[in-house]
Amino acid sequence: MAAAATEYGVKGSPETEHPRKAVGWAARDHSGVLSPFPFSRRNNGDCDVTIKILFCGICHSDLHSIKNEWKNTIFPIIPGTRTTCCKIFHVYLLYDPFAAGDLLSKVVLWTLFALYYSGYSFLREPEHKHEIVGIITEVGCNVQKFKVGDKAGVGCMVNSCHSCNSCKQGFENYCPRMILTYNSIDTDGTKTFGGFSDMIVVNEHFVIQFPENLPLDKGAPLLCAGITVYSPMKYFGLNEAGKHLGVVGLGGLGHVAVKFGKALGMKVTVISSSQRKEKEAIERLGADFFVVSSNTEQMKAAMGTMDGIIDTVSADHSLMPLLLLLKAHGKMIMIGLPEKPLELPVFPLVGGGKMVAGSCIGGIKDTQEMIDFAGKNDITAEIELIGMDYVNKAMERLVNADVKYRFVIDIANSLTAA
Amino acid sequence: MEQSKMAFGLKARDATGVLSPFSFTLRDKRDDDITLKILYCGICHTDLSTIKNEWGNARYPVVPGHEIVGVVTEVGSSVQKFKVGDSVGVGYYISSCLSCDNCKQDWENYCPKIVKTFNHSHPDGTTTYGGFSDKFVVNEHFAVRIPTNLPLDKVAPLMCAGITVYTPLKEHGLGQPGKHVGVVGLGGLGHLAVKFAKAFGAKVTVISTSTSKEKEAIEKLGADSFIVSRDPEQMKAAMGTMDGILDTASADHSLMPLIALLKIRGKLIALGGMTKPVEIGMFHLMLGAKIVAGSIIGGVKGIQEMLYFAEEHNITADVEVVGMDDVNVAMERLQKGDVRYRFVIDVANTITMSNSRI
Repeated sequence: MAAAATEYGVKGSPETEHPRKAVGWAARDHSGVLSPFPFSRRNNGDCDVTIKILFCGICHSDLHSIKNEWKNTIFPIIPGTRTTCCKIFHVYLLYDPFAAGDLLSKVVLWTLFALYYSGYSFLREPEHKHEIVGIITEVGCNVQKFKVGDKAGVGCMVNSCHSCNSCKQGFENYCPRMILTYNSIDTDGTKTFGGFSDMIVVNEHFVIQFPENLPLDKGAPLLCAGITVYSPMKYFGLNEAGKHLGVVGLGGLGHVAVKFGKALGMKVTVISSSQRKEKEAIERLGADFFVVSSNTEQMKAAMGTMDGIIDTVSADHSLMPLLLLLKAHGKMIMIGLPEKPLELPVFPLVGGGKMVAGSCIGGIKDTQEMIDFAGKNDITAEIELIGMDYVNKAMERLVNADVKYRFVIDIANSLTAA
Repeated sequence: MEQSKMAFGLKARDATGVLSPFSFTLRDKRDDDITLKILYCGICHTDLSTIKNEWGNARYPVVPGHEIVGVVTEVGSSVQKFKVGDSVGVGYYISSCLSCDNCKQDWENYCPKIVKTFNHSHPDGTTTYGGFSDKFVVNEHFAVRIPTNLPLDKVAPLMCAGITVYTPLKEHGLGQPGKHVGVVGLGGLGHLAVKFAKAFGAKVTVISTSTSKEKEAIEKLGADSFIVSRDPEQMKAAMGTMDGILDTASADHSLMPLIALLKIRGKLIALGGMTKPVEIGMFHLMLGAKIVAGSIIGGVKGIQEMLYFAEEHNITADVEVVGMDDVNVAMERLQKGDVRYRFVIDVANTITMSNSRI
């Protein structure tokens, strides 16, 4: 990641640090309230494309970020500590303070993290969002994949090192130097700003070609939610016709997992905390079965029946009942983002040769494959299209999971009006 | 001529775990059964935990023992795999349904209808008695051939400890040249994990709570490196370096420091009997696409393959052979981890009138 992070005030403000003016919406503090935010984008480089943003989805991770729930938001920082703190942030990806053995190491490490995460400055959380779709308006001279006028998408990443094992294997999402579409430090030391804006400039490698037949608004959420479920389903062999897939949670991620699972010819059981989503799961999304996690009879009947489970739930929840649903050698893939550690019972893993794996978005090649698969099978997300002026209200509703199943902002028609 | 149906061995009658002489009737023999004279039986921590009822599932009287090596003395009329005189081994289970998906894929160890070698029930409801005894009747499918040039006393622990570490090395792709495998704990399972992983060509780092076993790990077992889990500098230096970790420690412990040692997509395979759940920061699993998995023993085909591999690479357990009269003392020492690295009972030579009669 950024080898030489710079501080605000050295290269200028977000409005002046790059040559091209841009407008967006940003959250200014931990309240997470979004408001208009003028900033700037870099010029279109030789390998870059510029995208006029038409739509942008709202992901639950956005909520975590703007409310700093994961304590990793590049918030206000004390001027002068930013360089150190940026380096520490990247070390965090490799080192775990839980693992620090002695008390002194723990104190030092957590103090540095606290400085980084709680620092102050005049500029707070930048605007964000990473389910971006739009039209290419400019291509660099070395660009091969796109031409002006093409429909394109950008997901969670805008850069990586291109040289580590993960990058070489097509899993840029696990590159230790991967740069997120927002809330990240780019190679030039400036902060990345996401899709709540009128345009974005991205290296073509990280831009996805959008199938002609896929509607842009309903396709946008696939760029994060779609790849987040598709990648582990493919990697762990939970994409074969005839296999039985459990999907825990029926939200933005879960509903896409059901659609992909059915399109792949799998048997799909939705496991939910509430009965009220059953009709929708079966009749609208095509799930084969629906089990309420608190219903012991239903859970017992489903024990030992699933080849894999995609757990999309970010709230604290019990893993034991889910592990019992797996067959021997079954795999549970965690893609929700719980804030606190979960309790993992090891005994059922040992006794059944089962596994719990973490997964985080997916590589670019798989993202393109996923979008092409969606285009071929007419799979889109279920969305509620909103204007930019509704975004704060949408965030409140998202906290209460009051959306079926993804908000998508009509950027082109509402950003400047708002 | 049919041999005596009486067998003699040691039983635990309550949760003190004290073993005392016991005679019992062997189950009825079927056409596809073999009968063996037990020569050696390894002592596994599972035997200890069961006789002390640590898991709440003891069915007293318990005759433990599931690392059985013996010689075939009788074969049923339809037996194909063995003949009288063959050296055979029996592990943790003696029956499965042979028709479910698990059995069909050679994972009898995960069959929901598995019958364990001891402390379990035959289909007719009678109790299974294990290898701390002189004779054993078993369906031929669940016995494996012991390669001729492996010493029987040192092979016995492979029937459970060996297959328990061999299976994840194979199934999770860790047993390959170029892979870096961590081994947590250097006991019955751990020392075999080091031997097998090295034989596969992997680089091996032993992770232990103390330095006391370092010399042995490196010089005797062939580990490439040794780190102390309580040393933060050593643990930090090893972060992100391992393709996989075989965690053989059965005492409850945190997995987070071990997860930090894994590379991207690394796998932590739990093999010990931890009873309490552990806290896992899912964020850490997700960021590195890491895996926590479990594994227990292996299928019959895997056990046989493991023995041939052991023969090819001259792998046996490091054992301390004890007599039937010394089993209680061995159990006490096992409780303290005072053994390098497996007790094996010399059943045939030490089962006498004094310790075999009620």
